[in-house]
Amino acid sequence: MSATLEVPTARRLSSGRRPVASPAGKLKRYVMPWLFLAPALVLFIVFKFIPMIDAIRMSFYDVQPYLGDEWVGGENYAAVFSDSSFLGAIGNTVILAVGTTAGSMLIGMVLALLLEGTAKNLWVIRTAVFIPAVAAMAVVAEIWRVLMYPAASGPMNSLIGLFGFGPSEFLNSADSSMISVLIVGIWKSAPYDMMIILAGLAGVDRTLYEAAALDGAGPLRRVWSVTFPQLKGVLSILITLAAIRGLRVFTEVFLLTNGGPNGATEVLMTLIYKLGLERGELGIASAGSVVLLVATVVLTVLVRAAGRKKKGAS
Amino acid sequence: MTSTTSLIVFGNDKKGVKLRNRAKRRDPFESALGLGGIPGIWGKVVRFVIYAVVLFIFAGPIYILLVNAFSAVPSPANVSLIPTNFTFDNFAGALNRNVFTYLGNSFIVVGFGLVLQILVSVSAAYALSRKKFPGMQLVMLLILSTMMLPEEILAIPLSLVLADVPIIHVNLIGSLVGMIVPVGAWGFSILVMTEFMKEVPIELEEAARIDGAGELRTFWNVILPLTRPGLGVITIFGFNMIWDQYMLPLLVATDSAQYTLPLALRSLRSDETLGIGVVLAGAVLALLPSLIIFLCMQKQFMAGLNSGAVKG
Repeated sequence: MSATLEVPTARRLSSGRRPVASPAGKLKRYVMPWLFLAPALVLFIVFKFIPMIDAIRMSFYDVQPYLGDEWVGGENYAAVFSDSSFLGAIGNTVILAVGTTAGSMLIGMVLALLLEGTAKNLWVIRTAVFIPAVAAMAVVAEIWRVLMYPAASGPMNSLIGLFGFGPSEFLNSADSSMISVLIVGIWKSAPYDMMIILAGLAGVDRTLYEAAALDGAGPLRRVWSVTFPQLKGVLSILITLAAIRGLRVFTEVFLLTNGGPNGATEVLMTLIYKLGLERGELGIASAGSVVLLVATVVLTVLVRAAGRKKKGAS
Repeated sequence: MTSTTSLIVFGNDKKGVKLRNRAKRRDPFESALGLGGIPGIWGKVVRFVIYAVVLFIFAGPIYILLVNAFSAVPSPANVSLIPTNFTFDNFAGALNRNVFTYLGNSFIVVGFGLVLQILVSVSAAYALSRKKFPGMQLVMLLILSTMMLPEEILAIPLSLVLADVPIIHVNLIGSLVGMIVPVGAWGFSILVMTEFMKEVPIELEEAARIDGAGELRTFWNVILPLTRPGLGVITIFGFNMIWDQYMLPLLVATDSAQYTLPLALRSLRSDETLGIGVVLAGAVLALLPSLIIFLCMQKQFMAGLNSGAVKG
């Protein structure tokens, strides 16, 4: 609190007039912060931490809503790790998370480099390009379901037809559904990455570009040797964000393919949703959730540790 | 260099105009790639092609959505780049399918949810930024850890908690309240607000105290008005976060009467009797609020992206 801080002489007088800690004042000082924190803490406990503990508890039980729960030890986890649909879903989740993260960072970087600048028309273009990032996932999914209409006359097929490709069934075929979902994910998150990278680019010292050019470095060389090293911090932020949101991918898959065709795009969350809320297998679904939770925590901690180490080294 | 500053520097006579035009030519080191610095007609062509391709890929689909929501398009195969047979029929069709009820639900959820979220965030941020108390580090850690506990991962147990809220034993399933209360506390908003509140000088708080202001008055009349930019940031991010909610409404809604608009799009699509145009009209209505609020609050949005708290 302010009273404990060293205050400049001019302020001494005012701070000296603060009431000296009476028992009531002391109580107030300790209780007051918790009163302000109470609403947030209560909501977090009820809607985050109790469900988390519930998930861990249920993952060790055969959960039967009206018959009472039965302790089954690690059976639910054994089921998760031996069931082929779960293993497939884990693989698909990792592919989608890694693919979306890498793809949107790469394209976000390209976009940022192409659209960097202070000209007014660039500002307008950046705003237009950013719209996918603010649109709700449900809207994005409906747009792309239309664009990826599997008939030869569908919009995307007409477009790739101009270049001599296709027609593709996109979301409707097991061969192309995964890449189609990936394209939609990248389309939505690349503009977001672009904005974060642009913020990083703004912090790069302009005179370094001039100096590099005087030394005979071309534009690409400048980007590689001057720009990239200074973006490390920004990129590690982006990876952390992607690590948290990548594994829990649900809405786009649920709306684009719902895991189909034939489980080709089934991810952990769509499988857990089906098991838990459609088939009532609460125990196994909870075990799946706990696996996902542990993976998220481990990945976040690892990425943060790696980011910190890099920062310390440079 | 902006035109007004160049006007001051170079003056307004003939020579000044000439010099100003030279200054307006873009600086080759303004950006990493220096695209703006490529001179002459080739520079123009290269830039035009690049911008056209980028816009086609990222804004094209949005444009197609807008155009075709106003066109007679019975099937995705009829979708076109140019408006055809301009019509409001799609919106009329959507209206017939209660789209305005869903839109209303969405507005209720985002309205109450956002107010609750902002109040909870500023209150928690006040304690975290202006006070020192035992247990603060633990609280910070708890808030950070909630960011690894999204609705998706907690879906199964969350649906049980919503059906029987601990201690008060209320069933929130099938009620919009169940979509509003859980979004009330959001770690991101609390952390952003905490950062902004830390910036307010301690002297102002002390001065308020000397004038006899109590805790609530200091919070409400001194700290809050000085963190208006922070309020802008958490407003736009909170709006987007709540508008984009999918899992939570999916868990809570038991009947189409409680659908939010994003949720309703899926049922519009699965209705075979409706053309794709109606789905697109619904999607436009679901897009517009987030688009409008983004365009109006772009400055705050960028401030949020640039604030360190995005690190989560």
